[in-house]
Amino acid sequence: MAKPKLALYWASSCGGCEIAVLDIQEKILDVANAFDIVFWPVAMDFKYDDVRKMEDKSIDLCLFNGAIRNSENAELAHLLRAKSKALVAFGSCAHEGCIPALANLTTKDAILKWVYKDSPSTVSNNGAVYPQTHTKMPEGEIEIPEMWETVKSLDQVIDVDYYVPGCPPQPFQIWNVIEYILSGKPLPPKGSVLGADEKTCCDECPRERKEKKIKKFFRPYEILSNPNECLLDQGIICMGPATRSGCGALCTKANMPCRGCYGAPPNVVDQGAKMVSALSSVVDSQDPNEIDEILNQIVDPLGTFYRFSMAHSILKRVDKI
Amino acid sequence: MEFEPKIVAFLCNWCTYTGADLAGVSRLKSPANIRVIRTMCSGRVDPTFVMKAFDLGADGVLIGGCHPGDCHYAEGNYKTLRRAHMLKKIMRKYGIDEKRLRLEWISAAEGDKFQEVTTTFTETIRSLGPLDWRKRIGKGDRTEHTVAV
Ligand code: SF4
Ligand code: SF4
Ligand code: FES
Repeated sequence: MAKPKLALYWASSCGGCEIAVLDIQEKILDVANAFDIVFWPVAMDFKYDDVRKMEDKSIDLCLFNGAIRNSENAELAHLLRAKSKALVAFGSCAHEGCIPALANLTTKDAILKWVYKDSPSTVSNNGAVYPQTHTKMPEGEIEIPEMWETVKSLDQVIDVDYYVPGCPPQPFQIWNVIEYILSGKPLPPKGSVLGADEKTCCDECPRERKEKKIKKFFRPYEILSNPNECLLDQGIICMGPATRSGCGALCTKANMPCRGCYGAPPNVVDQGAKMVSALSSVVDSQDPNEIDEILNQIVDPLGTFYRFSMAHSILKRVDKI
Repeated sequence: MEFEPKIVAFLCNWCTYTGADLAGVSRLKSPANIRVIRTMCSGRVDPTFVMKAFDLGADGVLIGGCHPGDCHYAEGNYKTLRRAHMLKKIMRKYGIDEKRLRLEWISAAEGDKFQEVTTTFTETIRSLGPLDWRKRIGKGDRTEHTVAV
């Protein structure tokens, strides 16, 4: 029997998801044995044209990581959707926008202006030359992808079958997913989140929780935290209550607050809204002025509460400034 | 056509909702711009509701609860107070004028206050103009390649 066909692609991402796949270590050989890898640009030499020539629905499983922030990302998303039976939004960027979608807190113009003109490291660009999608050269016209104003998650561009959360997904969870698919068991319902659990990060966290009463917030470097007590109890913003379980509370075990990379827990629409709600319960004041004083200590609330889920947030992006 | 603000009002069952009723039976005129959603407590108003209201086209959101100390679930309105402050902080970052969210304590006996709050809030929103969030963030979604500097 022919082996099932596997494709892996990266759109707007850092490459960490690819490393996480390799971090399943020697099991990667099992993957290579079990699947016929037909497309994996980061590891093997394939061309987009190879994919274009494939029959529709001929790829059995496509693990797509990366957000959609330009026309090339979108083109490949559409192409791989057409060619794949099961398409997985793999990792936080494809799932809910992740770090690339923090660009939605500003504008495309502001980003380009900073990068190509104003940033201190931009030295050789006195003419402020901006990237153009089409440039005429003696040899012919050059085309590069068009950057989008708003970064999107994969499911905002194409139809997605499954989600594997995490920045990056934890290797043991990746292996769980692959093992499940290889087992031949019936696939879970479309839209399922795979490689994660159904609770919150706090449920996996070993730290001791007491009643939370917060008068002051700290950034992690501003305080020597107690390693056994809940970080939020100590005034460090920890996204644990607003984050899906599945990683094993990796960060809090390493003395860092959860940043929220596994995304919103089940039945939560908006991770930031959930965090607003959680923090409102623990701030210890009934006086409007004091409440403001305490809340003003939270630096960059949007970037903190939506560090990974801006694209999936209800309001999606900031207004054009 | 003149802009008519769309305002979603989440009113606590025990106080502001009854206050709104009182305003009605007392024949106090309040603006038709207010769309009331009754909740069991102002504390039931999840921040998600407010964001969703703005996303779905509300120009303003009013939350009405019992006066401090009077919440039937002890602390719900204090939680709402903190949420409203946090939400305003977030709204500023999104570029939504924080005046588009208003929190008021209105008891079951304060029909006149309900009238005053809904009237002045409608006028505030009228002067701010339409929010039209989806159009605001959607337009120019894929802007020109060149950058105007
Ligand atoms: S808030 Fe953070 S530190 Fe506290 S229990 Fe939850 S995950 Fe652990
Ligand atoms: S603790 Fe939070 S940020 Fe860290 S890996 Fe887990 S979900 Fe991600
Ligand atoms: S019962 Fe009215 S605010 Fe809680």
